[in-house]
Amino acid sequence: MASENIKTPVLELRGITKRFGDVVANENVSLSVYKGEILALLGENGSGKTTLMNMISGIYYPDEGEILVNGNPVSIRSPKEAFDLKIGMIHQHFKLVDVLTATENIILGLDEGKLNIKKAAEKIRNICDLYGFEVDPDQKIYNMSVSQKQTVEIVKVLYRGADILILDEPTAVLTPQETEKLFAVLRNMKKDGKTVIIITHKMQEVLSISDRVAILRKGQYICDKITAQANVQELTDAMVGHSVVLNIARPEPKDPKKKLEISNLTVRSSDGVVRLCDVSFDAYSGEILGIAGIAGSGQKELLEAIAGLQHVENGNIFYIDDEGNKEQLIGKDPLKIAEMGVSLSFVPEDRLGMGLVGNMDLADNMMLRSFRKGKGVFTDRKTPHELAEHVVEELEVNTPSVSTPVRKLSGGNVQKVLVGREIASSPTVLLTAYVVRGLDINSSYTIYDLINKQKERGVAVVYVGEDLDVLLELCDRIMVLCGGRVSGIVDGRTATKNEIGLMMTRIGGSGRDE
Amino acid sequence: MFDIVAFIPRAVVQGIPLMFGCVGETITEKSGNLNLGTPGIMYVGGICGVIGAFFYEHNATKMVAALAILIPILCCLAGSLLMGLIYCFLTVTLRANQNVTGLAMTTFGVGIGNFFGGSLIKLSGADVPSIALSRTHGFISATLPFAKNWGWVGKIFFSYGFLAYMAIVLAIVLAVLISKSKMGLNLRAVGESPATADAAGINVTKYKYFATCIGAMIAGLGGLYYVMDFASGVWSNDAFGDRGWLAIALVIFTIWRPGHSIWASILFGGLCILHMFIPTGTNLAVKELYKGIPYVVTIIVLIFTSLRNRREDQPPASLGLSYFREDR
Repeated sequence: MASENIKTPVLELRGITKRFGDVVANENVSLSVYKGEILALLGENGSGKTTLMNMISGIYYPDEGEILVNGNPVSIRSPKEAFDLKIGMIHQHFKLVDVLTATENIILGLDEGKLNIKKAAEKIRNICDLYGFEVDPDQKIYNMSVSQKQTVEIVKVLYRGADILILDEPTAVLTPQETEKLFAVLRNMKKDGKTVIIITHKMQEVLSISDRVAILRKGQYICDKITAQANVQELTDAMVGHSVVLNIARPEPKDPKKKLEISNLTVRSSDGVVRLCDVSFDAYSGEILGIAGIAGSGQKELLEAIAGLQHVENGNIFYIDDEGNKEQLIGKDPLKIAEMGVSLSFVPEDRLGMGLVGNMDLADNMMLRSFRKGKGVFTDRKTPHELAEHVVEELEVNTPSVSTPVRKLSGGNVQKVLVGREIASSPTVLLTAYVVRGLDINSSYTIYDLINKQKERGVAVVYVGEDLDVLLELCDRIMVLCGGRVSGIVDGRTATKNEIGLMMTRIGGSGRDE
Repeated sequence: MFDIVAFIPRAVVQGIPLMFGCVGETITEKSGNLNLGTPGIMYVGGICGVIGAFFYEHNATKMVAALAILIPILCCLAGSLLMGLIYCFLTVTLRANQNVTGLAMTTFGVGIGNFFGGSLIKLSGADVPSIALSRTHGFISATLPFAKNWGWVGKIFFSYGFLAYMAIVLAIVLAVLISKSKMGLNLRAVGESPATADAAGINVTKYKYFATCIGAMIAGLGGLYYVMDFASGVWSNDAFGDRGWLAIALVIFTIWRPGHSIWASILFGGLCILHMFIPTGTNLAVKELYKGIPYVVTIIVLIFTSLRNRREDQPPASLGLSYFREDR
């Protein structure tokens, strides 16, 4: 087969298999990557993309199969050996030491003689100038934004002379502007002859950045396609394994009644910074109220204030029950709110921190919401167990069993468990924060579907989101926050992306000062 | 009157065992290993030195200074190294719980010390429950000859055996290594975030083993100094007391900076003996209360350190956690 006009791949995988106990993460995967291309690795959550890449970067070692670099079989037993082969990976969860500076993190573990921070910083500045990064070498990591941390990660890999860069869902945590910046950098690297593998499940990004797409499904390699000849529907179907309808339904709200009445809400963080200022709005039953805004505009504080987890400085949060009685929620903790008969469900941003206990299994996590219902001394284990099995079946959670610790599941499956549990308590108000963050397309649409079902049940849904396209397709009304203030509330059916984008950065958007 | 010239040297000799323990534990904790076995390791360090010295004293017809010093030190280092290796094997290789392992090591170490201490007492056929190794003490605690002629300067700065200076030098050298060298940077990374260090190509297991074993050996020297210098070469069971725990408290007090352990250990040493220098009359109860000062200070310090928010002053982020690369 070796003919002159076929290039040798810089990286080739042959029959790679990796198991974790009973779970097969990758099965007989073969894949080639060529010099100077940007390859998108596409797959649903838990399809084994990250595991596969971890084997190339030396974090895991394959159980079967071989890896070839520039045509030579290699054995990559540690990240250091991967670096020696000029392979570097930027992980989804950044591998940085918080208390060290950018420079210290970048040179960590390198063998270049005596420690010379100044010289290293100089070299970092050169790399930044070459590809168009912005990094302060002396800044401590804990002072950095997510996007800055990611930049440090990329520079770290380049500093080590990597020619093959693997990025694991790099855009999951970035704003659209930051994503554009990242893509510009990636294109510069491609021009410089570097090979880039990017793991993602955002179709638009696949189409805009990659030259070729390789698709994984359930740990197996499905196919690859030249991006220029592919379309969203075709890629989605290949990734999911069956045809998916890429439309979000938006039924008209039925008989909307006021459920939450929030007025003049002001919240200050523990260090005295105003997080929410004079926020007033209403949420209605049978309606999805979207909340848009740049990350950190007060979305988290707003939801936590309603859920009773955040100290409120000023204002009112009234819950209106079916008979029309108003109840003040401020000053009550979640337990008291539940005792009042207010059925509130909260899907927090930090799934494993606030939502679920990672070391507990699915059934026990279900019990966290129901353990108080039991009568005797002992908890009722049967109902949560059944609920867990129900959620697994209904939401297609990919798990060996309901007695698997939640932390062992992939991000999307964790989210499904959490959403499933919260919905099972049949709430009247459902608060969700970035509920599809990190989820693949199929899981996301499952979640949108679930949220819509709740809406049809007459639940007042508050949906904090970051993807404006989705907000505009899903929500009945969209409230835009800007720096802790309400920038405006628009109709989801008539508003445009541009209009909301402007309101996100300026109070009232363009309409106000023109 | 409060006699400062008499007080400081006594505070220093009280503080030196704590300094060894604190420096040893600090470098151990920098690697993310919370070795609560340090008190036990210090016991083992002490008794191993005693065993070496005991047999040398009893078998050598004429003692050579170099051997009289080297044998106890090498025995002490070997014993504490073994303890460090056991701890590492359990927590790093087998990934056992660090707290449980550490506490077990302390119980084990104290038991070993008392067992062999008791055996030696029997062997020596002494009528008091202790072993006196006064000749070895003589060699190890020898001071510079001119120290006596220098008045209070000699008393405060030059009246100690060489192990005391070694503790200070070790503290300074390790402080510089940790903050300035590549090895120190790697070690800090291992303790903060082993996954990061691993991804950067640092051998996490190796660093944890080395830091913990070197830390154990340093801590063991504290036990040796206590018996051979401070206690004039007399070993009696349980005499070392809970100095090991104070050393661990000192690590928090010094916010994981070995340089600070120099003054902090001497301060704690001073607090331990304050009751002898403050006139308390005949009321023994007051004296006993004074003895509690170091522990009260430790509690106050713990409260203050937990209130402190600066990221640089926090314990290594992965302290107490075991690391497994393929863990998900």
